[in-house]
Amino acid sequence: MGSRTLIRDSDAELVERLRNGDEATFATLIDAYSGPLLRLAATFVQSQAVAEEVVQETWLAVVTGIGRFEGRSSVKTWLFKILTNKAKTRALTERRTIPFSDFDSNTGDEPAVDPSRFLPASHPQWPGHWATAPQPWSMGPEGTALDRETLAVLRNALEDLPRAQRVVVALRDVHGWPAADVCAALDLTEANQRVLLHRGRSRLRAVLERYFADAPTVPSPASGGGKVNDLPSTASGEGK
Amino acid sequence: MTDDITTDLACKELVELITDYLEGTLPERDRTRFDAHILTCPPCREYVAEMQSTLRLTGRLTVESISAGARDELLRAFRRMKTSSTGL
Repeated sequence: MGSRTLIRDSDAELVERLRNGDEATFATLIDAYSGPLLRLAATFVQSQAVAEEVVQETWLAVVTGIGRFEGRSSVKTWLFKILTNKAKTRALTERRTIPFSDFDSNTGDEPAVDPSRFLPASHPQWPGHWATAPQPWSMGPEGTALDRETLAVLRNALEDLPRAQRVVVALRDVHGWPAADVCAALDLTEANQRVLLHRGRSRLRAVLERYFADAPTVPSPASGGGKVNDLPSTASGEGK
Repeated sequence: MTDDITTDLACKELVELITDYLEGTLPERDRTRFDAHILTCPPCREYVAEMQSTLRLTGRLTVESISAGARDELLRAFRRMKTSSTGL
């Protein structure tokens, strides 16, 4: 997995080629970063169409501004800064003022798992341990209908995440960016980035857990169509 | 004080430490507690496996990008910039 498209050149080489009008380099850059830029833009503006316009404006600003790029930040950070400024301007005209600092103010308590799933702290033997344990998932092999459905459920769950969680999870887990790059691009501290990642991933897991719990039992020749939700430990000890 | 290391870390805490654990940012003492806990707690092992499955599945989601038309338009703009700057 990991990064889908890697820009391996150093920033200096990259900028030099762009200045020399190397179209292939520009195309590579567009292909590598348009997805992440779109992700971020969509957190500021109302519609996907406007987000695409903002990304387009960002690239045009790169075309006209590459001569003035001073290399004080990385190209990636520069790109995201241009996009953030443009997206904020658009958000203002849309009267949708969401300060970027919202990304930091995400401090409310949000447990990864519903607290009622655990035994109370007062439990004499197992305080805070599972009362309702997670059950194994019955995932379909890659390419099957079940697998495609799972990915569709996950895709919707990702889009439903609060915006800061959504962009962090998308950049980290869909685009495969390292934490440091996400922090730089979104101007987040490492700790904030991790909190957002944790909450986003935990929500996605919870959605998948509900999905697999509700999914009909898939009969497979290997299991003889046994109930998919039995824990192996309990299943082996109990007669049917 | 307890000798049972699994009671040292409650499952409820473990689910909140998992991202730090997977990110490799958990302090060593907590990492040891985490490792010891999952060794003896099948439900938490399942939880960790589910989180790993979640990450694997998320990594398979299609990357969105701009439309082919928008891409072409940008490449044309780039070419125009090149010709206009060499024409100076």
